[in-house]
Amino acid sequence: MRTAGFVVLLLVVAAAVFGAARLVDNPYAFFAGYVVLQYIVLATAWNILGGYTGYVNFGTAAFFALGAYSTVALHKLTALPLPAMMLAGGIVSGAVGLGTGYFTLRLRGTYFSIATLAMAVVVQTLITNWSFVGGSRGAYVVRPAEVMGLDYVQYLFLLMLLLAVAAVTIARTIERSRLGTGFAAIRDDEVAAEANGVPTLRLKLVATALSGGLMGMAGAPLPYYVTYLDPASGFSLSYAVNTIAMPLIGGTASWIGPVIGAVLLGTLQQVATVTISSALSLLIVGLLLVGFVVAAPRGIIGWFGK
Amino acid sequence: MTALLQVQGLGKRFGGFVALADVSFDVAEGERLGLIGPNGSGKSTLVNCLCGTLRNESGEVRFAGQKLAGLNAHQRIRRGLARSFQLPRPFGTMTLAENLRVPILYAVQPRGGARVPDIARRCTDLLGMVGLADKADRKPADLTQIEMRKLELARAMASEPRLLIADEAMAGLSHQEVDEILALLLRLNAEGVTIIMIEHIMRAVLAFSQRLVVLVAGRKIADGDPQAVVREQAVVEAYLGS
Amino acid sequence: MDLLQLDLLGNALVSGLLLGAFYAAVTIGVSISFGMLDIVNIAHPAFIILGSYTAYIANTTLGVDPILASIVLLPAFYLLGVAIYTVYDLAFERRGDASIRGLAFFFGLLFITEVTLVLVFGVDYRLVEAVYVGPSISLGPIDLPLRLLVPALVSLALIGALQVFMRHSFTGRAIQAVAQDPLALRLMAANPTRIKRIAFGLSIATASVAGAVLIVIQPVEPSIARDYIGRVFAICVMGGLGSFGGTVAAAMTLGIVESLTATFSGPSWSPAVAFGFLLLTLALRPTGLFGRS
Ligand SMILES: Nc1ncnc2c1ncn2[C@@H]1O[C@H](COP(=O)(O)OP(=O)(O)OP(=O)(O)O)[C@@H](O)[C@H]1O
Ligand SMILES: [Mg+2]
Repeated sequence: MRTAGFVVLLLVVAAAVFGAARLVDNPYAFFAGYVVLQYIVLATAWNILGGYTGYVNFGTAAFFALGAYSTVALHKLTALPLPAMMLAGGIVSGAVGLGTGYFTLRLRGTYFSIATLAMAVVVQTLITNWSFVGGSRGAYVVRPAEVMGLDYVQYLFLLMLLLAVAAVTIARTIERSRLGTGFAAIRDDEVAAEANGVPTLRLKLVATALSGGLMGMAGAPLPYYVTYLDPASGFSLSYAVNTIAMPLIGGTASWIGPVIGAVLLGTLQQVATVTISSALSLLIVGLLLVGFVVAAPRGIIGWFGK
Repeated sequence: MTALLQVQGLGKRFGGFVALADVSFDVAEGERLGLIGPNGSGKSTLVNCLCGTLRNESGEVRFAGQKLAGLNAHQRIRRGLARSFQLPRPFGTMTLAENLRVPILYAVQPRGGARVPDIARRCTDLLGMVGLADKADRKPADLTQIEMRKLELARAMASEPRLLIADEAMAGLSHQEVDEILALLLRLNAEGVTIIMIEHIMRAVLAFSQRLVVLVAGRKIADGDPQAVVREQAVVEAYLGS
Repeated sequence: MDLLQLDLLGNALVSGLLLGAFYAAVTIGVSISFGMLDIVNIAHPAFIILGSYTAYIANTTLGVDPILASIVLLPAFYLLGVAIYTVYDLAFERRGDASIRGLAFFFGLLFITEVTLVLVFGVDYRLVEAVYVGPSISLGPIDLPLRLLVPALVSLALIGALQVFMRHSFTGRAIQAVAQDPLALRLMAANPTRIKRIAFGLSIATASVAGAVLIVIQPVEPSIARDYIGRVFAICVMGGLGSFGGTVAAAMTLGIVESLTATFSGPSWSPAVAFGFLLLTLALRPTGLFGRS
């Protein structure tokens, strides 16, 4: 399918999802749906680096929270519309991804992974000590009641839906492009990739910047969604675990894997958090992650296909 | 006319171990050079230094008159300096045809070659040349070690190099297969590609090479006409003495 | 600098050294698993917290000394390590695909351990009681709290014992051969998988003692494992991957720097110190500051 056709199809699906959520006419549908969509973006973004080039990023929470905190900062300074803030959050996180990558991507892949863990704590410490954005006490953000006649939570849902469409389109386009071939070569054998003309460092930087940027964009609307943001919740480890678990459970080889993983795990957690407890639902995610990597190396999409 | 490849005083260490010491030689445009030496004498290390996979500590390499110092492997293959790996390093999740697309997209296209519609045919042709045409859609895991060597060679050829270094592309091949690969490399050379062949199969090296360079323990001990070189006292000792 | 500042500095240096010895014990398991076996066990700090909780249970329910309890529990942790390695070996090493999924596996274990501890014990801080928790020895203006001194000595004893084992036992030498010299390993006629299983078991066993000294030094709750990931890997990398001497030197350095930071700019900055160190080491000298190059 051509990219244009694919985008149209995705937009039709998105319109159907939005329409269905309005039909349900329960604010909780939008709240829960927002989280699932946010995970589609995060899992897809993670997979661009992790699934396509083979570099494991443990720092999702940092990229995500940086996006959220750049909104908090901008919210205090100006009255930008939310889409502009999402762009800003994406730029901040993309730049941090580029920086982390620049220092560590020359090294073996495991060092990059450990560095992302380290980076997450450094960023969290900086934010915790930065009183302008609330420091350790956290920050309140007033959520407008509505925008252009649309309920604000529905507006947030809609923006996240469009971001998910964009993220999935980017991922699928990469997969089928020259860039995707280069990424796959890096993942399979970096030395051979470089010897066959692939500018490995540059491509890895592209992947980290893109992946980090999308995560930042996903985080930017968060302050309006939660209305109170503190470092502990913004940097919660559950973001990192979920964004690794979702692609690995769905399957990392193709754009559809992270989407399947995000929809399944995201929905499961929304249900389990309400019906059981949030700690238990996180335990389920951890167990599923370990179970899948041990027993189903190619994820759910590996059950189909050849 | 200056040589296509000029190697001057090349040195490489691994920790305290000297893998290459003061290696110098030239390769003329269009030449067929054989590079031999006992196991562990530094042949593959030399290839790695020439192609940018490893950094040499001392010495200088010039390719087509330009210094290569500071250039990464991908920049060198884009200039036309390609190699096959002695231990095959295929891209495991890609089909054989996709394996060949990598150098075409990343080494040939940046030079302005290979238009997109031709790529698929080019891949099939290359696989045909090494006798793997019927496996174009298979994954490397389905190949034998010998077939993987052929894939290595095809992938190096896919980059349309000016200088091709084949690092033991024939090890383990049958008599007939050796002849096929020999014919292929000779044809490539006739089309203007300069070739360095690293090989333990003496029959092939002698049939192929116009000139022979011998490495022993990281040093060049002989360089010249193949028939004369293999009779040199030092070369005979290096091979029989070990 | 006035006298008060000098006092502060002296105390910060001493507690940094003691803290450093403890950090070495926390890291030594990773020096074995990551440094020698090349297994990126990022879940190690979670097993250390598990060690803290087992020591806590023994201490509160049976009244046993936490460190003594952790020594008794060494075999249990060793077996846990053996079990984990067996799964890891079957699922990843045999399939020759340890990278992404292997990392995710340990990340999952980290998370499962932490959430399980939260579910069982909640997020309250837990403490242990022992004779050495309260008092301190004074050497002039320098205070030596036993709460730090005893863990430091226990830590150094643990590392010393491991060092003796690695140097002088057949298995220990085989473990070092796994890391450096596969040929020598074959000459020793040792089965690499078995050697690695033992080594990984040992690395997890150290978490029992490290966890006990941790809960002596500070109150523990499940999520503090994460603070230790950065420290542990920073020290391991700085120490030159797998060198015990380098690990101790790096741990002491980090302990002193952290303790100085906490004294002079406030404790809320100290988590970033370790990670900053790690990022700097990775950027500038990934072969480590203290180990072999
Ligand atoms: N990455 C490395 N680290 C340490 N030593 C190395 C490394 N690569 C090669 N060596 C050593 O350098 C020496 C030369 O190795 P090299 O592979 O270049 O030999 P070779 O001539 O290609 O041998 P063969 O004919 O067996 O392919 C060997 O002793 C080898 O052990
Ligand atoms: Mg060789």
